[in-house]
Amino acid sequence: MAATVKVMRRPDPGKTSYIRATLKGMALTFKHMVNPDKVTLQYPEEQPDLSPRWRGTHRMEVHADGRPKCVACGLCPTVCPANCIRLVGGEDDQGNRYPIVYEIDEFRCIFCGMCQEVCPVEAIHVGVHFENAEYTRERFVYDLDRLMEQDHPTTLLWDPSDPRSE
Amino acid sequence: MNDLSLTAFVITSSVKVFAVFSILLASVALMTLVERRLAGFIQDRLGPNRVGPFGILQPAADGIKNILKEETMPATANRFFFVLAPALAIIPGVITFAVVPFAAPLPTPWGTVDMVVADIPIGILYILALSSLGVYGLFLAGWASNNKYAFLGGLRSASQMISYEVALGLSIVPVLFLAGNVTLTQIVWQQQQLGFWYILPLSLAFILFVISAFAETNRLPFDLPEAESELVTGYHTEYSGMKFSMFFIAEYSHILTASALMATLFLGGWSIPFWSGDHLLWYEGMLISGFTAAGEPIAAQGAWWKTILTFLSFAVKTAFFIGVFMWVRWTLPRFRYDQVMHLGWKVMLPVSLVYVMLLAGTILVLDQVGVEGFLFGAILTAVSGACTLIFVFVVDSDRLITGSAVSGTSREVRSPVRQVRRPALEPRTGAGVGQ
Repeated sequence: MAATVKVMRRPDPGKTSYIRATLKGMALTFKHMVNPDKVTLQYPEEQPDLSPRWRGTHRMEVHADGRPKCVACGLCPTVCPANCIRLVGGEDDQGNRYPIVYEIDEFRCIFCGMCQEVCPVEAIHVGVHFENAEYTRERFVYDLDRLMEQDHPTTLLWDPSDPRSE
Repeated sequence: MNDLSLTAFVITSSVKVFAVFSILLASVALMTLVERRLAGFIQDRLGPNRVGPFGILQPAADGIKNILKEETMPATANRFFFVLAPALAIIPGVITFAVVPFAAPLPTPWGTVDMVVADIPIGILYILALSSLGVYGLFLAGWASNNKYAFLGGLRSASQMISYEVALGLSIVPVLFLAGNVTLTQIVWQQQQLGFWYILPLSLAFILFVISAFAETNRLPFDLPEAESELVTGYHTEYSGMKFSMFFIAEYSHILTASALMATLFLGGWSIPFWSGDHLLWYEGMLISGFTAAGEPIAAQGAWWKTILTFLSFAVKTAFFIGVFMWVRWTLPRFRYDQVMHLGWKVMLPVSLVYVMLLAGTILVLDQVGVEGFLFGAILTAVSGACTLIFVFVVDSDRLITGSAVSGTSREVRSPVRQVRRPALEPRTGAGVGQ
């Protein structure tokens, strides 16, 4: 498709007037000044509308008996482009694999959501959440307990049959 | 000028000084908030509204922050002038307000008190003298900082002040023609007597005064001394903490004084429109409200409610002009330096000169013919209105301020660097070139 170019004509030199242009501009700013429709979001009181596909802080899904759903398959640390997931897997008496250590460094994470996409048991998710400020840097490395405690909604994955999430 | 005893005069004057100073600084603090909120509204935001109801305590929070901040002192700065400059900037800004009458005289049990700090007979000259002293503060700040941006800012403020001081003075001259006096109380009185606010019979003088006042107070579109995009923040680049705050207070108190002056010179000061009950003046030791047809003064009495009403009238007029200052700031972009100089010397100066001559001639003719009262004002209004129309529609067509591209169409732009034709490079024949 050819690009359309809008040519802005310079005003005719004899017809420009600074004072009249100023008054016109002041009328415009006045219109905005009295316009009640402000864009400001009163943040802590009003929360922004996040998209259901917003990718924020992680959470780990939990079984009914309180165990993490993770089976320590090692796919998420493998796929993670920022290399921010540390996983040490273990195996119990019945041969079930489970994570002994599962840490996500939220500082390194780029919130691409690939861990959620790759997870075969839908255990690790990115979530619809962004208020993750902390007082120390250490607190940004989320361990397994912390990930299991998170209770914000999880991110909706992109569905190819419904590309716009409608 | 008043009937107070010496003790009462000293006491009332001290009270007035204290009250005016406090109200001035409080208004300045409030103006910083109003400016930011107005900016927000114009940009479809809300502005600071968190500290206190409607953000009204924001200036207090800013003040505390600025006092607690570290005062930096550049290693190469001239210590003495660096510290002196903020004081030099703030003092003229605050004390110019002393001669502005802000209400009708107030009767008290000890006598009638003028509602002006100092009703000195050289009113306007005092203001002109002191308001231009403010530039010393800015210039010294720029020079003492030993910083190229600050220095450029200081230079700009000095040259801008010089350029527009002339037009400012000339735009006041017509007011003096009509008032016949430089005392501001007299100017208010004359406007009441004429029945016309000077904005009508002197409309072009008003426009010129407003433009010059914008330049004098370094407000947009004339804020070149602190042009953020070019000079960091200009003359106060190196200042921090309370010294920086003082420059701010100086700027805003200049705006306040300029607005009060516009209200006094052109909008009748504290007089209330369409009401003759507030006509009060000291005339040969007595308070009068006018003259009889035979020229006998009519004695009058002030009243506390008249003082309050006239003060409100003055406050509304001043606030209106402050609002215009801010409104314009968030509308217009900054001028280029050459545009500022062009406007100052090649437009404002000749226009104000011609206007002063024309008006002087008109007033002379009217006086010779013996026209007085309403007709006098009406004829002047017509003459000035014609001048204003000419200014807006003829002088200001492609001449006031033009973009370089527009003016470039009328004359050929010649590059100062002569084009040197280079000999064409000979085609190299060698390995790796051309396949």
